[in-house]
Amino acid sequence: MSVQTEKVTNATRSNPRVEAFKTFSKRLLKNKAAVVGGLVILFIIIVGLVGPFILKTDPNAQNLVNKLQPPSKEHWFGTDNFGRDIFTRIIFGTQLTLKVGFLSVFIGGIIGVVVGIVAGYYGGMIDTITMRIMDILLAFPGILLALAIVSVLGGSLINVIIAVGIFSVPAFARIVRGSTLQVRKLEYIDAVKALGASDGRIIFLHILPNIMSPIIVQATMRIATAILTASGLAFLGLGAQPPAPEWGAMLNEGRTYMHNASHMVMFPGMMIIIVVLAFNIFGDGLRDALDPKMKQ
Amino acid sequence: MTQQLENILEVNNLQTVFATEGGEVRAVDGVSFVVPKGKTIGIVGESGSGKSITSLSILRLLAKNGKVNDGEILFKGKDLLKLTDKQMRDIRGNQISMIFQEPMTSLNPVYTVGQQISETLIIHKKISKQEAMKQSVDMLKLVGIPSPEKRVKQYPHELSGGMRQRVMIAMALACDPEILIADEPTTALDVTIQAQILELIRDLQNRLDMSVIMITHDLGVVAETCDYVAVMYAGQVVEYSDVRTLFKNPKHPYTLGLLNSLPRHDVDQEKLIPIKGMVPSPHDMPVGCRFAPRCPVATQACHTKPPMLESIGNNEQIRCWMYSEEWDGDSEVTLYGEKRTVKG
Repeated sequence: MSVQTEKVTNATRSNPRVEAFKTFSKRLLKNKAAVVGGLVILFIIIVGLVGPFILKTDPNAQNLVNKLQPPSKEHWFGTDNFGRDIFTRIIFGTQLTLKVGFLSVFIGGIIGVVVGIVAGYYGGMIDTITMRIMDILLAFPGILLALAIVSVLGGSLINVIIAVGIFSVPAFARIVRGSTLQVRKLEYIDAVKALGASDGRIIFLHILPNIMSPIIVQATMRIATAILTASGLAFLGLGAQPPAPEWGAMLNEGRTYMHNASHMVMFPGMMIIIVVLAFNIFGDGLRDALDPKMKQ
Repeated sequence: MTQQLENILEVNNLQTVFATEGGEVRAVDGVSFVVPKGKTIGIVGESGSGKSITSLSILRLLAKNGKVNDGEILFKGKDLLKLTDKQMRDIRGNQISMIFQEPMTSLNPVYTVGQQISETLIIHKKISKQEAMKQSVDMLKLVGIPSPEKRVKQYPHELSGGMRQRVMIAMALACDPEILIADEPTTALDVTIQAQILELIRDLQNRLDMSVIMITHDLGVVAETCDYVAVMYAGQVVEYSDVRTLFKNPKHPYTLGLLNSLPRHDVDQEKLIPIKGMVPSPHDMPVGCRFAPRCPVATQACHTKPPMLESIGNNEQIRCWMYSEEWDGDSEVTLYGEKRTVKG
């Protein structure tokens, strides 16, 4: 220990955050599955951002003559019951899917982090009440809760994002509360308190930066769940409304033609699987790389 | 008491209790002492004697289950216990600062040393980050850290324990406080570093003309740094006097016991004499004098009636029946192999 300290003091080291990032990326790159997951996510994001501009076609352009065509040279993924090109629709749908995934996790993450950190920091009644509310939210099977919220708010993409966001809150709150309880006990929190720091300052400047790793991991994993839930809602007809090229909604539309035009459900279904799998694998890899001790 | 000196802090009859599963526990029970301006007062006692709780009570940093039940803490005439949370925050780190025992864990690992010293300045002086960083360099220079311009940019894990304690001191002193509370500042450091840190605190105290409350279990630290000493036992002050008197002519049997359990280099000692018994559990305090069960000269009265903290001489206060008119024991007693004549 002391030898190490000496070495570090003598050599002028670069910012330890940079150092930490280096060891983190080294660990992450060693995990082949995580790298593949990350690349897939990157690819999907690029496709979602750039794809619509390259294709320049209308995903809702109908061509009833060509309806229910199997995959071919002109229509890579075939066409649907209105003769719309499924490949184009999937590319345009990528943006919707990512929007739902990122925005809902962003909303849920912000609320969850604030709730968790406040509950963990103040403890007592605040903790008990907020955490019991979180327990109630957790007691609902995920999709059922989102379903309930959407049926109250009405079916639209924005409402799906809100619903999935709310449904992500307890997961963040619980993890953040646990980490806050650990950090709160540390002596440097007492030390800044003794220097006159306010509660807000302690929470946001001293506790939050120290619990970022579990939050990042949780956010990545939650994106997968959010995408899955949103697709599920769309499949049930409660999410993005037709003719929006949402993958879940496409699955729903293809359901009736499953027997004679299986490509209508196969491609959107496959995309959902690939994206969800990629986020899950990447999230696992992130967790292992950020905190090897968390690995069970 | 020292009339010629202004008392910057006065603690009167402080009583701090903790709600525990076994009921309410009085961790600090009727503690009084004064801190004269520019002087160092030592609070000595063994673990659980309430010395740290006393200091946390002063800054109102007690854990959630603890509260000050009674008493007053007068800082320049203002009762700290009556201030709002906001007013109290303005005092912490600005007028009364504290340094902690564990320099290894008392710094936030995600910020540089400079950022952490700046924080105190930004909170209280409302100055810009650049200005605060400049002053942080000066603070590091003040606490004797070489090449401060380089050090401000370093993170806590890049510094040794002694260095970190210096950084803690720099953080505590950044706003030029009038009182520094040092809670066992050297306990976690090795001996050579201990001496340096104590020397630093003493030197800064003279230069900045501040008062220091030194909380320690180490009588050696007291002898080296303090002007006045309050000896605490089981949540009470049992003896208060200036440091010379305390070491030359200790009065309370507990103080004597403490001194006797230390190795000395001026006399030959066959072996050290420990104080027999254990500190009483806070759930089960003796009815009379709290030290009576361990006291070699305790009488019937000692076991039944609690003694008060009485002034004897001009600068001394003792909580012991032996020095009162009501003493019912012999007029000459033998305490740890030493004959003493007491009032009878």
